[in-house]
Amino acid sequence: MAQSTEGSDAAPLARALAGDRDAFRVLVERHSRRVFRLAYRMTGNEQDAEEVVQEAFLRAYRRLDRFESRANFGTWLYRIAVNCSLDLLRRRRPTEELRAPDDPEGGEAVLDVATKDPAPDRLALSGEIGRHVEMALGKLSPMERAAFVMRHHEGMSIEEIGRALGTSATATKNSVFRAVQKLRQELKPLVSRQR
Amino acid sequence: MNHLNEEQLIEFRYGEAKDCAEIENHLRACASCREALESLESVLAAVDAAPVPERDEAYGARVWRQIEPKLERRPGFDWRAWLAPPRLAFVGAMALVIVAAFVAGRYWPRPKTTEVANAPISAPVRERILLVAVGDHLDRSQMLLLELENAEPPKGAGAGVVDISMEQGHAQDLVVANRLYRQTAERSGNTTLAAVLDELEPVLLQIVHSPSKLSASQLGEIQKRIEARGILFKVRVVGSEVREREKNATPEAAPTPAPAREKS
Repeated sequence: MAQSTEGSDAAPLARALAGDRDAFRVLVERHSRRVFRLAYRMTGNEQDAEEVVQEAFLRAYRRLDRFESRANFGTWLYRIAVNCSLDLLRRRRPTEELRAPDDPEGGEAVLDVATKDPAPDRLALSGEIGRHVEMALGKLSPMERAAFVMRHHEGMSIEEIGRALGTSATATKNSVFRAVQKLRQELKPLVSRQR
Repeated sequence: MNHLNEEQLIEFRYGEAKDCAEIENHLRACASCREALESLESVLAAVDAAPVPERDEAYGARVWRQIEPKLERRPGFDWRAWLAPPRLAFVGAMALVIVAAFVAGRYWPRPKTTEVANAPISAPVRERILLVAVGDHLDRSQMLLLELENAEPPKGAGAGVVDISMEQGHAQDLVVANRLYRQTAERSGNTTLAAVLDELEPVLLQIVHSPSKLSASQLGEIQKRIEARGILFKVRVVGSEVREREKNATPEAAPTPAPAREKS
């Protein structure tokens, strides 16, 4: 992940470490959109994602002196953002569970409005499918969601995810596995009718 | 080869299967497993296609504008920050309040103390000064708690030990301020703020009295205490309320409000 940023981040990072706040602004402007996407996928909510973005940069700024120069700034920053998201998800978890769908028949309605086009992208573009995907993601535990987002969307290796979450390779693998398994259970009825 | 189970399918999908070539051969021959893999792909493709709101090119600049003022309030004692004009004005005002209160208490008859001490600065200005100071205190406390809640024992050399000596210094400063603000809040009847500051104090004290170099389990105990009390969330909520009140407080309030204006 974030391979392209390593070289170009080095100069502003060095200046920021030396106390140049404008240099940190360069890093904020460069990484904000990607951190937002990650945060949105983690939280499923724009407001929460915005909060995570700000919190992640604030934490990163305060911890700059702990950043190891050989590491990739993007990877380090996304790791902080994941932890900020986890904090937020843990706080919001009871509310999310209350919001979980209580109508298991909801999938049928989605199937009725789906087109015959087998492309799942087309289906997911409908608000109903998008809502179902979000509900399915909402049923994952914060750790499962974090592991899945980093593995699936960010393309991070099990080892990298384990480092970010502070879990063993086996536990990380299990989190990804359980996440995919749950998503499959939740979403399979929706996509199987289209195939 | 037997049919692929779900775990093998997922590992294969993410390129983590140990026997990829063997699985590929099996998939070519087994329609049932091929269908299972296609089903998995469809589910993941639906997840991929779930819309993510886009942010425009100017988003980074907006984020910067939002966080920049907060970057100034880094923990630690920075003389440059304290000598900056807004902070200097605040420090001056606080010093004035303290000196006025001291002089009033020392020389004026007791029944008139409050009235005389309050005389140089109007009530709205005093309230605003207090709100700025309390808001700053809550921000700093929040940052400290966040820092510790997210601290991890470093890997490699010195693994398993976290040095929190810097955080302890900040916590020590915060404990002293916390007591003053709690007492002020109690006296002024702000029970919510007083209650949160009352809960914050033992957490800060635990940080102060912990060893400077923590083992993972000692760090875990502090983190559990922070989480169990939900203190971080409470500090954040009360901090937002204080900031809101600070915004609504009138900085240019007249030094001595005229009764006639109050009636109108």
